[in-house]
Amino acid sequence: MIDTVLFGAYPYIALTVFLAGSWLRFDTEQYTWKTDSSQLLSKRGMRLASNLFHVGVLAVLGGHAVGLLTPHPWFRAAGVTDIAHQWLAIGAGSVFGLMCLLGGLMLLARRLGNRRVRAAARSTDLPILVWLLATLTLGLCTIPVSVGHAEHGDAGVMIALAEWVQSILCLHPQPGLLAGVEPIFKAHITFGLTVLLVFPFTRLVHIWSVPLGYLGRAYQVVRTR
Amino acid sequence: MKIRAQFALVFNLDKCIGCHTCSVTCKNVWTNRKGVEYAWFNNVESKPGIGYPKNWEDQERWKGGWELRGGKLELKSGGRAARLLNIFSNPHMPEIDDYYAPFTYDYGKLVTAPLSEAAPTARPVSQIDGSRMEKITWGPNWEDDLAGEFHKRAKDQNFRDIGKEMYAQFENTFHLYLPRICNHCLNPACVAACPSGSIYKREEDGIVLVDQDKCRGWRMCISACPYKKVFYNWESGKAEKCIGCYPRVESGMPTICSESCVGRIRYNGILLYDADRIEELASTESEQDLYQAHLSIFLDPHDPKVIAAARQQGIPDTWIEAAQKSPIYKMAVDWKIAFPIHPEFRTLPMVWYVPPLSPVQSQIDQGNLATTPDGVLPDSATLRLPLKYLANLLTAGQEAPIRAALDKLIAMRSYQRSLHVDGAPDLRAVAAAGLTEQQAQDMYRLLAIANHEDRFVVPTSQTELGLENFHAFQGQNGFTFGNASSTGVSPFALFPDRRTDGVEDLTHPRKAKEDVA
Repeated sequence: MIDTVLFGAYPYIALTVFLAGSWLRFDTEQYTWKTDSSQLLSKRGMRLASNLFHVGVLAVLGGHAVGLLTPHPWFRAAGVTDIAHQWLAIGAGSVFGLMCLLGGLMLLARRLGNRRVRAAARSTDLPILVWLLATLTLGLCTIPVSVGHAEHGDAGVMIALAEWVQSILCLHPQPGLLAGVEPIFKAHITFGLTVLLVFPFTRLVHIWSVPLGYLGRAYQVVRTR
Repeated sequence: MKIRAQFALVFNLDKCIGCHTCSVTCKNVWTNRKGVEYAWFNNVESKPGIGYPKNWEDQERWKGGWELRGGKLELKSGGRAARLLNIFSNPHMPEIDDYYAPFTYDYGKLVTAPLSEAAPTARPVSQIDGSRMEKITWGPNWEDDLAGEFHKRAKDQNFRDIGKEMYAQFENTFHLYLPRICNHCLNPACVAACPSGSIYKREEDGIVLVDQDKCRGWRMCISACPYKKVFYNWESGKAEKCIGCYPRVESGMPTICSESCVGRIRYNGILLYDADRIEELASTESEQDLYQAHLSIFLDPHDPKVIAAARQQGIPDTWIEAAQKSPIYKMAVDWKIAFPIHPEFRTLPMVWYVPPLSPVQSQIDQGNLATTPDGVLPDSATLRLPLKYLANLLTAGQEAPIRAALDKLIAMRSYQRSLHVDGAPDLRAVAAAGLTEQQAQDMYRLLAIANHEDRFVVPTSQTELGLENFHAFQGQNGFTFGNASSTGVSPFALFPDRRTDGVEDLTHPRKAKEDVA
């Protein structure tokens, strides 16, 4: 029952709030749509911390997207066996996950320890950082379990997870796919879905605005009234 | 030829008394809010000095402005891809202490303190976190009137190529005030560095603005502006800068800093220029030639061909007239007594400066210094301020134009002195400086009398003509019901505030035209 709610209904609630909330905020409260950088108040250690965190988290998110959303016959067609896929995920996830964790902890220490940064924080800044790090830690905790599976040549859990994600996105939810999955994965998924749920209400919205258009833009911008 | 009009300013440093009225009026009007209490859109520096923020002129440190790379113009902080790679942490970003840690005083203590032997004091308190500050170590104008030790002030970049040690001696000290605002550049580095495209130059008057809704706080503009005149509002998380007082300028009024200047040193006016030549001229190879290159971009508003082309390109007649009467055109182009600040930054700045005179009168009186033919006014080479210092500030080190400008300022005085003291015009100095008698009289009127209507020639923006149906614009601004900022920005309104998109919505600001040039 609880699995049906968490992995059958909750994903849709979280995704709906994520998408509709983002659009609403962008459309009606765009002034609040920003990175909310505090670099002006304290630069110390930011070069390392912020780069570790951001590169780590973007790589982890990208890895999740590619690994979970690509139908696994495609991987096999590309010559990547399921078990090789799993080792790849374990390796990349460990490296980038630890990068992200290290950077995130540095940012957390700064947010708690730097008087100015603490004073200038918005109410959601600290909770979302803690929540992201908790989600990340749970994700990293799944790695030993995955290694255990991989050592026995068992890619079943990984495939179940990917198929569950695809079932959600294909509007054909199959929470039953997660029945045999270890609780640590379920905890990680639940925390991750919650990130999507609160996303529109935090500074995370700046992810939507990654300024790739700048690469092709003319330098000077002129506007008429 | 793409003709554009530019709202430009001249500051006559010869008359600046360093009273900071401009800074205070500007602060009271635009930046007396949380998050920008440390930001001064207008500030007045004492030179020589490192200024605000500290050492802003040192582009090896801040990487502001442009440079030539293999003959091609590129931002000093790197190209587009390099900037995006630095987006998580801008390595050139100043910290708030580079400006100063904003503070107030615990005034409440003065009235709430219990009766005591010693008078209660209001101690400084941080405006960021509210904590008590034991000692204030820097402020917006810490070096006012040459405060502090010479060796600290001597880090001033304008001392390059000058044997500065002699100026440490009291007898050789020199000083000038440098009021600074955003230069509303023709080739702005802040606009070019903005990843979200939120900073833009206005087609109509060239004022550079930050679209507060579009700004995402990537903070690249903060370091890219070589004048450090874009500020990060740490409360709102958006970039803010001098807005050229556009609500006033649009109504034909001067900026508030110019209007309130008690020394009447500020001039506002229009210049016409050829926007097609911006990149070519900003790419001029030698830094020393940049001042001349910048001068050559301006168009003669009296030239019938320019007038015809301007009309054809939609510049209103009132603007062409204003350009003809422009005090900026007279000082910068006609008389060449005003100069752009640090042209070597290649931004083509549009606040120009008349260099100050600094006669050593007691030495002249004793006959120790060379004078103009009247025997009273000093020779420009004998002034207290080193020419090289002014040249480093205003012409990338080229002394001749500065010397010529100082000669003209002195000649105008010599001529007026002859009229008022001797009762007969002495035109020797005027002729030597390459001026006509009429020009000397015009300069006197604009620089010495400096009437309001001569200083400020600002045409109204005629916004109403830009609207397809200006009657329909009635009632669209002003009081609104509910959350006025939340009517939506996307083409399809999530929560439409009107039943249908009626005819009058043709003029809705939401549908403002935008183009990238």
